[in-house]
Amino acid sequence: MRGNFSTITKMFSAGVIAAGLSMSAPARAADDTIKVGILHSLSGTMAISETTLKDVMLMLIEEQNAKGGLLGKKLEAVVVDPASNWPLFAEKARELISKDKVAAVFGCWTSVSRKSVLPVFSELDNILFYPVQYEGEESERNVFYTGAAPNQQAIPAVDYLMSADGGSVKRWVLEGTDYVYPRTTNKILEAYLKSKGVPAEDIMVNYTPFGFSDWQTEVSAIKKFGSAGKKTAVVSTVNGDANVPFYKELGNQGIKAEDIPVMAFSVGEEELAGLDTGPLVGHLAAWNYFESVDTPENKKFIDDWHKFIKNDKRTTNDPMEAHYIGFNMWVKAVEKAGTTDPDKVIDAMVGVSVPNLTGGYSTMMPNHHITKPVLIGEIQADGQFETVSQTPGLVMGDEWSDYLPDSKNLISDWRAPLSCGNFNVATGKCGGKGTN
Amino acid sequence: MTLLRAIGMMLLLTMASLLPSKAAEADLRATIAKFAAATNFSGTEAVARELAASGDPAVERPLSALAEGNLYIRKADSQVFVGNDAGDGIELLDPLSGEKAADAAKADLTKIKVNNSLRRTIRDALGTLTLRAKDASVRLAAAATMFKTPDAANIEPLDAAIAAETEPAVKALFEQARAASVLVSDKPEADKLAAISVIAARGDRDALSLLTSVEANAQGAAKDAATAAIGHINSTLALWDAGQNIWYGISLGSVLLLAAIGLAITFGVMGVINMAHGEMVMLGAYTTFVVQQVIRTSFPGLFDWSLVIALPLAFLVSALVGLAIERGIIRFLYGRPLETLLATWGVSLILQQAVRTIFGPTNQEVGNPTWMSGSFDVGQLAITWNRLWILVFALMVFAVLLYVMKRTPWGLQMRAVTANRRMAASMGIRTPWVDALTFALGSGIAGIAGVALSQIDNVSPNLGRGYIIDSFMVVVFGGVGNLWGTLVGAFSLGIVNKFLEPYAGAVLGKIVVLVLIILFIQKRPRGLFALKGRAVEA
Repeated sequence: MRGNFSTITKMFSAGVIAAGLSMSAPARAADDTIKVGILHSLSGTMAISETTLKDVMLMLIEEQNAKGGLLGKKLEAVVVDPASNWPLFAEKARELISKDKVAAVFGCWTSVSRKSVLPVFSELDNILFYPVQYEGEESERNVFYTGAAPNQQAIPAVDYLMSADGGSVKRWVLEGTDYVYPRTTNKILEAYLKSKGVPAEDIMVNYTPFGFSDWQTEVSAIKKFGSAGKKTAVVSTVNGDANVPFYKELGNQGIKAEDIPVMAFSVGEEELAGLDTGPLVGHLAAWNYFESVDTPENKKFIDDWHKFIKNDKRTTNDPMEAHYIGFNMWVKAVEKAGTTDPDKVIDAMVGVSVPNLTGGYSTMMPNHHITKPVLIGEIQADGQFETVSQTPGLVMGDEWSDYLPDSKNLISDWRAPLSCGNFNVATGKCGGKGTN
Repeated sequence: MTLLRAIGMMLLLTMASLLPSKAAEADLRATIAKFAAATNFSGTEAVARELAASGDPAVERPLSALAEGNLYIRKADSQVFVGNDAGDGIELLDPLSGEKAADAAKADLTKIKVNNSLRRTIRDALGTLTLRAKDASVRLAAAATMFKTPDAANIEPLDAAIAAETEPAVKALFEQARAASVLVSDKPEADKLAAISVIAARGDRDALSLLTSVEANAQGAAKDAATAAIGHINSTLALWDAGQNIWYGISLGSVLLLAAIGLAITFGVMGVINMAHGEMVMLGAYTTFVVQQVIRTSFPGLFDWSLVIALPLAFLVSALVGLAIERGIIRFLYGRPLETLLATWGVSLILQQAVRTIFGPTNQEVGNPTWMSGSFDVGQLAITWNRLWILVFALMVFAVLLYVMKRTPWGLQMRAVTANRRMAASMGIRTPWVDALTFALGSGIAGIAGVALSQIDNVSPNLGRGYIIDSFMVVVFGGVGNLWGTLVGAFSLGIVNKFLEPYAGAVLGKIVVLVLIILFIQKRPRGLFALKGRAVEA
């Protein structure tokens, strides 16, 4: 248990002092600091995931300041709380850009929050770094996507399950929470599986509401679907809170990973922290980073994180690595451009390459997505993942899926002279529309 | 002289019987040493297969260690050991004898990685090796594995095992495994027909899955027999499916009952719209977490008792918080439902954020005691222990509450105040205290509901959010002010929900239930069991 009465009082008084300071700050701040906006929910349903990202940004900014800041100025974090309320995200983004005059914003988790802030960023011309794996079908000039696109997570995961190592799966359950990311991802996966010759009767798609907690019927349906004499796997896009009861039910009903493995796209070290993973050993997850990756960069990152958060039990996860990459890319681009002016930084970003935590380099591509390795990990009894498969090289994020009829002709290239996020190669015009 | 010769002979014989096993052990050691040279999963798998092919029961130790991820290679000399986690380092055991060989730090060892297909290979291999194990449950597991991976080569060892088996349950499973293996062998049709009838008698999904593949590959009489058996199994399974839906419905109903029963008192009996009810449940769950945390660090032996210890504490914590809320806020707002609603909504946000500040925003791990883990089968129905205990617990809480309300002086005062506050006051009942204690009771009950719900749901600051709407639905549907109504309401909502779910899906199912309740309330605004008398007019 963390925190006791005295730390709470301390935090409270620190808050009062901070509030007092910030009142006198603006006059000075305009000149010798560069402000960085952090737009993550610190209360409400998404606080469970997003609070960690706020902390990792504060750590990165502190480290950069210790290295001497940026362009000779100190960085200053401006933290706002959009409280898991999607319209509030747009309001807070506007406040960050117009009132606080931040140079760039790092934030959002759910796709709906990202969609809600997009108009603000293009209207006020600022930069958003979005760190979470998402459904694709989007490429905006003002947004840099440092999380995985479907081809950097979902497609390689399915490929692994189809391979001999993954168990040569023939029958598929696509289980998801009912919102835009699972629906679009499952659409892409269905099209992809069919293109690989999987018949429609071997695919079962099912959706459950947010925060769903009674999984008995769904798990027994999976069991039933899996008893048709063909190797079956579950591809899960179940989101956040609903995962713990889902896995508990899987464990209790005795579904073993050797028989019906579950491949998850939204379950990381953080989600497993609330679970006894003993019965879940062998279930899978696909990410671009695992805490267990054994590289010197990752070791340093984890050590720094534990020191910063003052708790060596806290885990690291994929979106944290995405912020690490995104922040370092932004720093490099600002140094390259010699200014924090968003237009110049956006142009300077493309082609910037920084080390990631898995032992390679990630590069910003002209479509504002980055290159990443794809790792498949199995859950271990200690709540960590062990990498069982890794793509041989880096995979470039593909914003418009090639497997959806609406978007297969679209490409994105934000470099001059094209400067278009949805160029249709069939008609030769800018302004195509994807699915969703 | 003859005696001496006899002794000499015996010595020679023992030597002779020892020698081959020494040679076999050396071979096994040589094979085990190959693990160090395997660079990928298929390499490791080849070595594991070679070990299993030796047929020596001694390979069980290294193979099961490998499956559990406990087989290590010492970096210094590439020797293979079974590792045992011992605090900061790892205790190394000899892979064959299991005797302690050395200690090592984690950094000096390489763990041999396993994946699902490797684990499956090992499980299948161990199945054949452990057919004659001493422990009946191990033999049962071996038979179950062999049933799922039929192979013509299995028939012979299974025949031997069946002949030696004394336990009827294990023997039956051996026979089913043998039948499964016969079906994939090239035995004559008569054998196959007999095998099909053995498997058809098993009648579960595994049998169905096996017969489906037989139907696809076989010809003639075997195919017809398989088709007939599949038809038969499918019709029995349809019945079991209905039974399963009812059980799931009852189980969901018990969760709804637990969540709503505290509200049935605060809202139902007192008429306070308490939006912070879900947070009382959450506080109960966090109390469980704290209790388990203390037990883990100080009294690990008591872990199986953690929930029993947490129950009174959770009741106390939630009841005290409830008391504080009633005394501090709600008592000023009686008779003003809208303000109560807003104020308690605010309280719920404060409580959530307070928990988030103290414990952090992430999920906390609440473990299941052993008696609440796993499941058992009733026919084709898998019943999980945690759901069963929650049902029993919910009914117990209901019974105790009913007793308190109907049979104790305090319950009498409570009902008197609800029925006619002014009359009760003139009879000498201290109505403010009855209000406060009733509210504390409702909150405390919500707290113990939290202990149970921590077993099936996330323990996070948002825990209560998920239950508040459902709880109000149950109480309103069942009839405000009536505990029996809450009971019937909870179970009927649970069962309707679970019957709709397989057809309509979870999302649509929930919507349909909500629409049904709205229509029902239009028809009977006071719910299933409407309260009659003065309280209604008040």
